[in-house]
Order: sequence, then C-alpha cells, then structure tokens
Amino acid sequence: MYDFNYRKASSVEDAVSAVTGAEDGRFLAGGMTIIPTIKQRLANPSDLVDLAGVGGLTGISVSGNTVEIGGMARHAEVNASSEVAAAIPALARLAGGIGDPQVRNRGTIGGSIANNDPAADYPAAVVGLGATVRTNRREIAGDDFFTGMFETALEPGELVTGVSFPVPSKAAYMKFPNPASRYAIVGVFVAATSGGPRVAVTGAGPCVFRVAEMEQALAGNFAPEAVADIKIGDDDLNSDIHASAEYRAHLVTVMAKRAVAQANG
Amino acid sequence: MPEGGIGASVKRKEDFRFLTGRGAYTDDEVRAGQLHAHMLRSPHGHAALGSVDTSKAEAAPGVVCVLTGPDADADGLGGLPCGWGITSKDGTPMVEPKWPVIAQGKVRYVGEIVATVIAETAEQAADAAELVEVDYRPLDAAAVTETAHRDGAAQIHEEAPNNLCFDWDFPGEEAAEAVDAAFEAAAHTARLELVNQRIIPHSMEPRAAVAEYDKGEEKLTLYCTAQAAHAMRLLLGAFVLNQPEHKFRVVAPDVGGGFGSKVAPYAEYAIICWASRKLERPVRWLGQRTECFVTDAHGRDHVTEVELALDAEGKFTGLRVNTVANMGAYLSAFAPLIPTFLYATLFAGQYTTPAISCNVKAVFTNTSPVDALRGAGRPEATYLLERVIDEAARATGIDPVEIRKRNFIAADAFPYQTPVALLYDSGSYERALDIALEKSDWNGFAARRSASEADGKLRGIGIAAPIEATGAAPSAIAGQLGARAGLYESAQVRFNATGTVTVFAGTHNHGQGHETTFAQLVTDKLGVPLENVEVVEGDTDRAVMGMGTYGSRSLSVGGSAIDRAMDKIIDKGKKIASHLLEASVDDIEFDSGTFTVSGTDRTISIGEVAFAAYVPHNYPLEELEPGLDEQAFFDPVNFNFPFASYVCEVEVDPETGSVSVERFTAVDDVGNIVNPMIVEGQVHGGLAHGIGQALMEGAVFDENGQPLTGSLMDYTLPRADTVPSFDLDHTVTPCPMNPLGAKGVGEIGAIGAPPAVVNAVVDALRSHGVNHIDMPVTSESVWQALQSAKAS
Repeated sequence: MYDFNYRKASSVEDAVSAVTGAEDGRFLAGGMTIIPTIKQRLANPSDLVDLAGVGGLTGISVSGNTVEIGGMARHAEVNASSEVAAAIPALARLAGGIGDPQVRNRGTIGGSIANNDPAADYPAAVVGLGATVRTNRREIAGDDFFTGMFETALEPGELVTGVSFPVPSKAAYMKFPNPASRYAIVGVFVAATSGGPRVAVTGAGPCVFRVAEMEQALAGNFAPEAVADIKIGDDDLNSDIHASAEYRAHLVTVMAKRAVAQANG
Repeated sequence: MPEGGIGASVKRKEDFRFLTGRGAYTDDEVRAGQLHAHMLRSPHGHAALGSVDTSKAEAAPGVVCVLTGPDADADGLGGLPCGWGITSKDGTPMVEPKWPVIAQGKVRYVGEIVATVIAETAEQAADAAELVEVDYRPLDAAAVTETAHRDGAAQIHEEAPNNLCFDWDFPGEEAAEAVDAAFEAAAHTARLELVNQRIIPHSMEPRAAVAEYDKGEEKLTLYCTAQAAHAMRLLLGAFVLNQPEHKFRVVAPDVGGGFGSKVAPYAEYAIICWASRKLERPVRWLGQRTECFVTDAHGRDHVTEVELALDAEGKFTGLRVNTVANMGAYLSAFAPLIPTFLYATLFAGQYTTPAISCNVKAVFTNTSPVDALRGAGRPEATYLLERVIDEAARATGIDPVEIRKRNFIAADAFPYQTPVALLYDSGSYERALDIALEKSDWNGFAARRSASEADGKLRGIGIAAPIEATGAAPSAIAGQLGARAGLYESAQVRFNATGTVTVFAGTHNHGQGHETTFAQLVTDKLGVPLENVEVVEGDTDRAVMGMGTYGSRSLSVGGSAIDRAMDKIIDKGKKIASHLLEASVDDIEFDSGTFTVSGTDRTISIGEVAFAAYVPHNYPLEELEPGLDEQAFFDPVNFNFPFASYVCEVEVDPETGSVSVERFTAVDDVGNIVNPMIVEGQVHGGLAHGIGQALMEGAVFDENGQPLTGSLMDYTLPRADTVPSFDLDHTVTPCPMNPLGAKGVGEIGAIGAPPAVVNAVVDALRSHGVNHIDMPVTSESVWQALQSAKAS
C-alpha cells in the first residue's frame, strides 16, 4: 500500500472540494474496490475522501411509485429493507447476492455504480428498471449513466448521491455467478415497467447493455418462451478463463428466460 | 483409567487458543531491532536477466541493503536442494539444475526472486523494491505440460535438452512385456487420455519466516511455517547456508495449514537467514496471498494416457500408463518422488491386475515448481485407475460395481504383493464398498434420477475405491529408491517430577490435532489424565531429530514412536516400582497408571514412581539412573495402506452445465482410530479438497508462463455452500505393521473424491454421449461437452 491522505468529509460540498482540491483525489464509499486495489499497489491516489460521515447520502425510502436509495446505502441494508422487498423484491434479492456478507455490509450502491465493474450486479438493476441516478449536480438517466468498462457519465468532482428506482409491475434478476469471485459471469435483469419491458445484461460484455430483441418479444408476450430462442451475438462479449463469449451469449438467453419465469412468479 | 484414551472423541486441546486468538504464529515472533524483507519477483515466465541495478533502492529511506544473485554467490550460498533422486530408463540420473535462492542469468517462472530489499519497515522495503532496475530480455517460454519436451520448445535449462528432467520406466522391461502380452490377449480394452490438472495449495496462514542470528553464540534461529523443522534445518543448513546443525535452531510454531506445501525449504527462508547473519539483526518476511499463489509449491499437473486390458469375464489383465509430469521451472524438494514412487506404485489400487507398466517423462516448464500437495502422486494414480475402470465398465457393459468386485483383492489374500513393488498388509475392500452402497442407497438411485429428470436435470452416480500408501517406509528401501533422508519418526516421553508428562515429537501439528491425539495415546497407555499431558513439536532445540508431518505419517509412524517410548517408560517404571514395593521386577504388572505386585493388592501409581525417579531418596541408584524420561525412534517395516469406498451423486443443469454434488458417502478404513471426531474432520477436509479439484480448482498459465489464476477472485476453492453434507462411516482393519494398528487419514479424501465426482458427472452425461470430461469440471466444460455431443 502506498501512503495517501485520508480525509473524512462532513458534507457533499466538503467532499467535492476535498477531491477536486487534491492532486489525485478519490471518493471513498464502501472501499470494496479501491482499498484492495491500493493494497496491491495498483492504484496510488493522493487522497481518499471518506463519505461515511456525510449526511443525506444514506437511507432508503419508498414514496408512491419510486424507491429512493441513498448513494451510501449498504447492500445489506437494501437487501434487508422490508420497503424495498415489498416494492421491488428483485432489487432486494439482487443486493443480497452481491459478494459475501463482508462486502454487503461495507459496499454501497453509489460506489458500485460509480465504479461500473463490467460484472457488477447493480448496473443491471439501474438499467433494467430504468432508474435515475442523482448526483450532486444533476440527474442522469440510468440508460445514459454507464458509458463503458469502468466508465460512467460522472464528471470529475461529481458524486452519486442516490438512485431513484421506479417500481415495475414485475421484475427479476437472475445471476450466473463466477464461482470464485461471485461476480456475475452473466446477470440478466428483466422488468415490466410503465415504459415497457426492459432486459439489462451485466457480466457478459464490457458494460451493462439492453437486449432490444428480447424487450420487443416480451412486449408481445411477457413469458419465458418469448425469449427462449433469442440468441445474442457473441462478437462483443467478454471471453476469459471463466467463460468464453460463446458460453456467455448462451447464458444470456438462459438467464433471461429464467428471470422472466421468476418475475412471473 | 482417566477419560479421553484411544477411541474417545475428545475436543481438541489446541482449539481454545486457536479459537480465541491466542495462537502464536511465525508472524507473532516480534524481535527488537528487526528488519523487513521484500522479495522483488520476476514478472516474466522466461527472460534473460541482465543487470540488476540496486543503487537507487539502496539510497531509499530505511533501506539497509539490497541482495542479488551475485551477492548470494559471493557469500557462498548453495542452491535449494532436492531430496529425492530418480534414475532414467537409460541409467542416467535425473537432470538436477541448480536452483539459486536469487535468480542468476535467467528467470524461469513468474515469481522467481530477482532481488531482496531489506529495510526498517515492510513498506519501505516494498517502496524501494520499485526502484530496483532490472534488465529483462523476454524469451519464448515453454509453459505447457504436454508440449514442453517436444522439439522446438523453448529450452529452460542448458543441461536439460528438450526440458526433460527424467524419462522413467517402471517397474521395468519385463513388466512392460507382460503388459504387451496382456493387451495382445485381451478380450476388451479401455483407453482414456486425461489431465490431472495443476492445483495451488491454500493455507489459511501464508508462508512466513523470522530469522535471528546471535553473533555472540554464532547461532542462527529461524522461525518459519514448516511441517518438518528438522528437515528444514538439515536441508537449509547443510546445502544452502553452510550453517552447522548445532548452531542452527529451526522453530515451526503454530502453523495455519500446510497440505504438503510447507515441507520444502524455500528461497525466502534461506535469504532472510543469510541476511540476518550478514547484518546481525533479525530479519522477517511475511508472504502476501498473491505471493503464495506463485511461490507455494503447486501440485499435480499430469497429462496421461491410460489403457486397461480385460479378459472376457471383465478381469483386469494389464494396465499401461504413459504420463508427462510437469515439475515447474526447478526441482522442489520432493517433486521427483511424486510422479514416480508415490504414483506408479499405486497403480494396482484395490485390484488384482497382474501386469502393470508405465513411463513417466518429467519436464521442466516456465511455471511455479511443484511439490507435495495432499495426496502427492496418489490422487493422480487413483484418478486414472478409477476413471479407466468406469470406461472399461462402459466398454464391456459390466456394471461399475460388479466390475470392481470381480477384480478386488480378496480379504483373505493379504499380505498381497502387487506387481508394482508394494506389499499390502491388510484390506477388506468388498466390505467397505458394500457398506458404501447400502448407505448411499445405491439401489434407490434410479428413482432419484427420475425425479431430477422431471425437474429438467441430469443425475449421475459414481464410485471410487481408493487406496493409498501412507507412512512411507522403511528408510533402507527408500534409500535404495532415491531418498536422501530417513523416514523414521522420533519421540521423547518425559515424566515430570509431579507426574505430569511432556511429549516431544518430531512431527508437527498444523491442523491435524496432534496435541490431542498424541495426548490420548499417553492417557490410554500410562493412565495420565489428558490435561496433564503436553505435546511439544516443531522445535529442533527441544524435540529429538524427527522427519516431520507429511504423507499422513504422524500417527502411524510418530505415534508409534511415542508408543515405543512409553514401553521404555513402563519398563523402567517397573524397576523403580519393584524397589519401592520390595518385589521382584518380574512380578510387577502395569495397567491404567498403576504398578501392582502380581496377585497382591500392593500397588503404586505411576505418578509416585515418577516422583521417586526425580527425588531418589529411596531409589536403587546402584542399578538405575534417576529420572523417567525415554526416547524412541520408529522406522516402520512397511507403508500402511488406508482404503475407502466413496459414492458420489451429482445433479447437472443441462442448460448451464452447472454441477452440484448432491450426496457423498464415504466409508474409510484407516485402521484403529484414536479420536473419531478428528478423523472425521480429516476426512471432511480431504473430501472438500478432492471435490475442489474435481469441480473448481485449476492453475492456469498462458503460453508465456503468466499465471491467470493469481488470486481468489479467479481461483475457485470449495466453500461451505459448494460441498454437500458428507455421510461418513468406517470399517476398521488394523494395520499389522505398527503397534497402534493405525493408518494415515489426512489425504485419502483428496485422493478418492476426484474420481468419484468425475465418474458421477460422466454417468450423468453418458446418455448424451459424453464418456470423459477433464477436471476441473466447470459449468462451461460440461456445456461444451453437451454441445459437442449434440453436434456429433
């Protein structure tokens, strides 16, 4: 581990000014990616600005047709929230399947989506539910937020303060986990939303993506058989020692089918 | 008789300190004035090593010195030694290239040390290591087991043409001819090409070492994560450091797991000893998990072709095996032994196959060196045998249970001489299999398969009937076969004046429960309460020369040494008792801690005898020395042969290829059992390890020797939710070769589980035309196998 300055921010403004004022400042949410990376000397930030003491970033609330989750809400909190479980059970289950208990009790939704690991679970929910990401500066549509592998629409000094999830009529997330890391080799989030069906895939490609052909098929018939024969191309999918692109493409179909079946209960 | 003797499932004495954070591990050894070592390691699998410029690093804050390969040469350090020599079929000795403690001229695997930075803090050492300028010229690598010895492969060591370490035939020409004849006459044959993949050991505690040189005494002390402290001292002192044994103490304190990987002397230990001697300050090193991945000796890594000949009745008539075994870049201490005498000698398994022969080509590659890992050769042997038997069952149409039963060595055929050198002392194989079939509800499988099918799943059942050879012995024969060390074990049993007992043993406890099991032996034989017995291991200044813990030898060899020492205690105690009781020594009997004059009620407790021995006011000093403190060495006349029958049931999701182990029944025979709870724990651990190899684990290197499974994010270990709840039972066939009737138990699960699991998976996939699948059986490999079968 290299030396770095640790700062505990008292407010969003304080955090942003600390990060932008530092030579190479980084926000510290749960630290589930940045801390191991620093420990392995693969990252060398000058400053880590801890958001744990910042008011207004935590909390989960449901009002009307929206689930609001604070950027610093831990996965375990989302998983255990009876309000989330009642409004979007698929989201509570997704949070309960991230990493392991240690990760779930440290990791945050804001940290997860800002990091945008291609195999993370939350991006599938944000895109699959058509959520809105709130930052200290603006609101960003979930569809526009994830721009590439480990890349997002966030600008320097921009901080995820929360995510608003519209409540779907039904939804489910089906993950095929990497047996070692338990990240998603393929994770598919399907939802019947007011704007129509959504199918969001994580793990399979460099960044979460939607499958238009499946969404169209589900618009006509929200049933497993509607997607069972839809194959996606494997040209742009990830291929590594855990799964070939061909296998990932196959799993997208299987997980989509199973997710629809689970959404239909 | 106090409670807690042989046969009692007493809770482990050592667990209080482990579970409450009071264990004392190597890294807990903190010394005044200590320095920290950081190892700069090669990022290349194969590269010419030019200059290693340490000037900037030496000038960095806190740095005391930076050591390189030429420094080691200048100070006369030897290479890391190999403890077993193999002779090739043409009579030449194996190629044994020097393994320098710090690379010289070339680096041959990712992780090889190119410089060591010694600094006041670990962070300063790590920071300075980034300032060492190393001139690498990358070379083509030979990193693939199967092709490393072929023409055109990159050459790793000048003295090893075609990267061949040895080319070994066993048992010899005559046997090969007998096997050829068996195949010519065969009614059926079965053949498989299979891979026993490389796996990486994972101890809870990473390797660590603390060295302290006392210039006044000219004495070096090394605390390290070792399974065999005396062997570590012998090998490091005599071959690497030129440090006399009487001026070298090695202590292996509490050690968090070994699995074989903590037997060999490692470069880091030699380097910090050397540095401490040079700097006259304590030097410490703690391996990081990422270092463990590339430097703890790996295991397995065989590519094998196996053929089995059968007669018309399904009797095995001949077995032929050809294996390429990957040694890694250098020869670790026992690497050559593993694919030879711990491998080919097990090819008879539990069966009467009369003709067996094999060829093993051991090759160097640009990968981490391999050595013993739970089972060490025996898992590889058992896997190929139990897999080819299932393939033979398929080829002949004989049921897998029936074909095994037709070929088992009968219970009344012992001692049984196999055609591959071993003389099995005892066994009752069919009984164990019958119990396993009964407990696993083998006959109810069809209904469970139907239920799975109704759920869209494929279900398979598989058997394996493993045998293993534990407690390697005797030393004289091992020496003839190439061993460079003895295979006895030692013990000292010391009564203290107040009647408590301290046992000093040459073995080492790093999870096996010796502190409890060995104490139970004392309680059982001498009648001393369990809490009054202390077991001391792993310190060359305290215990007599022993060979350590590996190869499931501790109870059968080390426990027998304790038993022998206790015999001497009783013998001497009788003499003391005869004096105190004023009776002839021939009339003194001993039982449950009490000496009695035969046929009378005159008794004296062993505690009183011990007191008299140390406070000899009323004592036969003219005839007998004071004290009650005896030591013994035990060198068994033979290995011992644990065996088992395992039944595994798996469910396969044909859409994703996922495999789940649904049921696992294990019936083990490890001879007499001292602590059933500890034995069960050992079996659980072994089975989990074996299931891990079958379904999850596998070290992957790319063609340049880059490790692709460098962390637990990419290397899958079995976890609580990926192994089933095991259904265990055992039979007891006492080993006639040691006074305890005990056999080893630490490895059998890891030996027998892989073929049981893979046989079950193949059984599940057989109806889809799949007859073999290599380990690790990942979900993708199952899916791909089903796709290929569908396509053809």
